[in-house]
Amino acid sequence: MYAFTYQKPTTIAAAVAALGADADAKPVSGGQTLIPTLKQRLAAPTALVDLAKIPELAGITVAGDTLTIGAMTRHATVADSADVKRLIPALAALAEGIGDPQVRNRGTIGGSIANNDPAADYPAGCLGLGATIVTNRRELAADAFFTGMFSTALDDGELVTAVKFTKPKRAAYVKFPNPASRYAIVGVFVAETAGGIRVAVTGAGAGVFRATALEAALASKGFAAASLDGVAVSADGLNSDIHASAEYRAHLITVMAKRAVAAAG
Amino acid sequence: MQVSVSLTVNGKAVTAAVEPRTLLVQLLREHLELTGTHVGCDTSQCGACVVHVDGASAKSCTLLAVQCDGTSITTIEGLAKDGVLHPMQEAFREHHGLQCGFCTPGMVMSAVDLLQHNAKPSETEIREWLEGNICRCTGYHNIVKAVQHAAQQMGG
Repeated sequence: MYAFTYQKPTTIAAAVAALGADADAKPVSGGQTLIPTLKQRLAAPTALVDLAKIPELAGITVAGDTLTIGAMTRHATVADSADVKRLIPALAALAEGIGDPQVRNRGTIGGSIANNDPAADYPAGCLGLGATIVTNRRELAADAFFTGMFSTALDDGELVTAVKFTKPKRAAYVKFPNPASRYAIVGVFVAETAGGIRVAVTGAGAGVFRATALEAALASKGFAAASLDGVAVSADGLNSDIHASAEYRAHLITVMAKRAVAAAG
Repeated sequence: MQVSVSLTVNGKAVTAAVEPRTLLVQLLREHLELTGTHVGCDTSQCGACVVHVDGASAKSCTLLAVQCDGTSITTIEGLAKDGVLHPMQEAFREHHGLQCGFCTPGMVMSAVDLLQHNAKPSETEIREWLEGNICRCTGYHNIVKAVQHAAQQMGG
């Protein structure tokens, strides 16, 4: 690791000021991606601004059918939350399936979505549920937030502060994990929401995306796995590596979507 | 540039001067000479470095010491009380839940955390929980037996 300075502010304003004062400073939340990245010298920030001591970023609140999860909320906390299990069990199950128990004890929802790893689970949950990403400046629909590989709509000096989810009618997440890394080769989050049926795919492309052909089939033929029979997803632009070809990933998207629809009940 | 961190390690207050880039495991092993916590892969995968931070298991190779300022850390050295092994350690000894022993500190710390969440885990739940701990000797069979035995001994 290259050397850096370290600050642990206690307010969002102080964190933003610290980040604004140094163009090469980076925020750190759980650090489960950032610290390995630093150790491999793939990044060399001059300063780390730790968000862990900012009380406004922590915790889960419920208002009616809306869950608000603070950016610094750990995956294990989401997985164990009675409120999340009651309102959106698919989201609790998604959190329970991230990494391993030690990663879940440290990693955070805000860090995961701000990083937007193309194989991460939370981006699929946010896009699939049509979540609202709350920042220190504005509220963004998940559809506008995730903009491609490791990139988001966040501007300089803008931090994710919370994610708001509305209880769907039904939802489920199913992934096909790489047997070694456990990252999703393909993960599909399906949800029937007030705004329609949404199918979000992670692991398969440059970033999370909605499988519109699958959404249309479920909307026209009904929310059932059989509605996806014979519905193919194009392999154009999908990832191809030693683990899976683009064609295999395209095939897996429909398979995972069918399993998710069946699991959503 | 060095900064001061103050934390509790195995019940004792510790203050140390570290660089911000110092990992928790470096603080434990190199500054405090608590070498029971191992570094295996150094890439957050193998779990040989698992310790408890405020009671929750974490990979000490993937945490900065400065992030742990003000926390309470328990390492493998902190489990035995007054010379008596923790029931999990005793169960690993009894069931030979180790071959070369390199992964053992992390396995034990992870398994202790499991029983805090789930006092009576099934074999499947034990295997799933230990996903972040890798035994290159593939000694999982006896490791799982040891965790099951410890759960019984601890009243689960």
